[in-house]
Amino acid sequence: MTGIAAVSSLVSGPVVSGPWATGIVGKGMMAAQIVGTPAVNISVFAFFVIVSLVIAISAGGKNQTTTDYYAGGRAFTGRQNGIAIGGDYLSAASFLGIAGAIALDGYDGFLYSIGFLVGWLLVMLLVAGPLRNTGRYTMGDVLDLRLKAVPVRAAAAVSTLTVSLFYLLAQMAGAGALVSLLLGVNSTQGQDLTVAAVGLLMIFYVLVGGMKGTTWVQIIKAVLLTAGSAVTVGWVLARAGFDLSGLLHDAAASSPAGNAVLVPGLLYGASTVSKLSFISLALALVLGTAGLPHVLMRLYTVPNAQEARRSVAWTVGLVGTFYLFTLVLGYGAMWLVGAKQIEAAPGKANSAVPLLAFKLGGTLLLAIVAAVAFATILAVVAGLTITASASFAHDVYASVLHRGDATPGSEVRVARITAVTIGVVAVIGGMYAKNIDVAFLVALAFAIAASANLPSILYSLFWARFTARGALWSIYGGLISSVGLIILSPVVSGHGNLSLIADPHVNFALFPLNNPGLVSIPLAFLLGWLGSVTDQHPADPARFARMQVRALTGVGAERGGHS
Amino acid sequence: MSVTQTDSSRASAYEVVQASREFRTLRRRFGSFVVPATILFISWYFLFVIVAAFAPGFMRISVVGEINVGLCFGLLQFASTFAITILYSRWARRKLDPLSDRLRQRLESGRRR
Repeated sequence: MTGIAAVSSLVSGPVVSGPWATGIVGKGMMAAQIVGTPAVNISVFAFFVIVSLVIAISAGGKNQTTTDYYAGGRAFTGRQNGIAIGGDYLSAASFLGIAGAIALDGYDGFLYSIGFLVGWLLVMLLVAGPLRNTGRYTMGDVLDLRLKAVPVRAAAAVSTLTVSLFYLLAQMAGAGALVSLLLGVNSTQGQDLTVAAVGLLMIFYVLVGGMKGTTWVQIIKAVLLTAGSAVTVGWVLARAGFDLSGLLHDAAASSPAGNAVLVPGLLYGASTVSKLSFISLALALVLGTAGLPHVLMRLYTVPNAQEARRSVAWTVGLVGTFYLFTLVLGYGAMWLVGAKQIEAAPGKANSAVPLLAFKLGGTLLLAIVAAVAFATILAVVAGLTITASASFAHDVYASVLHRGDATPGSEVRVARITAVTIGVVAVIGGMYAKNIDVAFLVALAFAIAASANLPSILYSLFWARFTARGALWSIYGGLISSVGLIILSPVVSGHGNLSLIADPHVNFALFPLNNPGLVSIPLAFLLGWLGSVTDQHPADPARFARMQVRALTGVGAERGGHS
Repeated sequence: MSVTQTDSSRASAYEVVQASREFRTLRRRFGSFVVPATILFISWYFLFVIVAAFAPGFMRISVVGEINVGLCFGLLQFASTFAITILYSRWARRKLDPLSDRLRQRLESGRRR
């Protein structure tokens, strides 16, 4: 069992700090490993913060209505929104984590980016247009149009808040880890202070900027991120004489694992259980994207379904290009920086890209990469906060507590108060979660999203016999089984990243896989079906007719104009 | 455009639309692309995942220099994702949007009076 725990902890999810970060960083190494000049890093970062704050304030100037606050007045174009979704999606897990995973484990890091990208096809083909046509702000709206049941809306809000909070914690935890490398802040208090500063900034963006301001922050961040990595990629390729095969050869030659880094298996190939764990993860990744609340909510910021589709097409282009960059960045770091130096740095895998930037372009390129990394965390955190606060204010406060008769003004006020509350929770959680494996939290968020959200979204859009009971079974069943299986998995109950068990002979792990997706996702689909067909109140065909006609034609959808 | 206020009467009107030939054409056309495309990309993705997990030897075969089957297979996943996205965008704009726009305009002008 211990062997399984050790291996399966390696396949727990999209990697930020990855399992590598759970090792103990040698004392004295921290101080020696700070690269670049913190003062330069801080100045470049401060410049980004000031510029984006100005933009957030001017963009959010007239955030009056709920549509302004939640959906940016539905006035963004498909291209703007597509870039913003990319900015929302490419979290620190993508930028630093995947490249770092490739730098240390080669091909297996690349597998994550494939799952993260291919998942967008589900959004593109089945979700984007119909969802934009049938909802206003949240996933709860879509289920409500179809099922008209207050408990279902409440369930949608519970799963939205759960997924967002896990994702949020992951980002906040990542922020703390980054600081030690980039700004030279090593003390616990210093890191806590940085986490608090990130939290304050995020609350400010969300309160002042609303969805409009947040979107602009995401657009700027996405452009910076793509430009910054394009420069670094070009530099690496130039160094390799634009010979990809040569780059791979040199990278493999400088890795302790040798040619094994060029094929799958280094991370998860050890046993059948670890292979099944990987398949489970792959399932969660490809189905999770279409259930991520902060991605779905962004589809409402454009005027109509056509623009929503166009948004996703832009996102696919941006995200795909970016993941191709990470391939070069990862092998580049393996070649030029080397696994030994990466392993020794605080943040380990996370530090691969910053170290590569420093190696290539010195202090200035490192400062730019550092600023981009912070911008990434800020933007993603702001997007998650606005989604969670919208879900609480719109689904719980306005629809469940006030049964739809809350004034729009009070709803926005509640959303703002919720944003502050979530910000505070995230800051405290981020301080506490600093040492918890970030990858694990992100993978958990994907698995929960795929289990709790996706089945009921697809059923309500496309299945005539879906009922409120089916929705409740599917949402709560998916939520409880995915979270429950994680708790019973080696990660928590064995000797994985989140485990508190120190005694190697104690192992409570009843579920062998590290990601619950393989069980919880089919289970949630099954429960949605079973709950519906055994329901004494069969589905109302008129409601399905309305849903289907609206989903495919866009009749009755709230449209926005370009401002 | 307050559809929800007249739930019961409106819903039956939607059933009429749902049963209409034009809507059935729209639905069939939508399904004729997204159903095969979804099955295709999911199978293609899991083929890759399963080969990566259980047949790493196949992935090791060299194509050109250090560039092996594994890397090409992975890059083909990118290519297929881009291709399906572009094809669907174009197809939907040409084949789906005119039909759905026409239906929507008719429904909305009918509702105002």
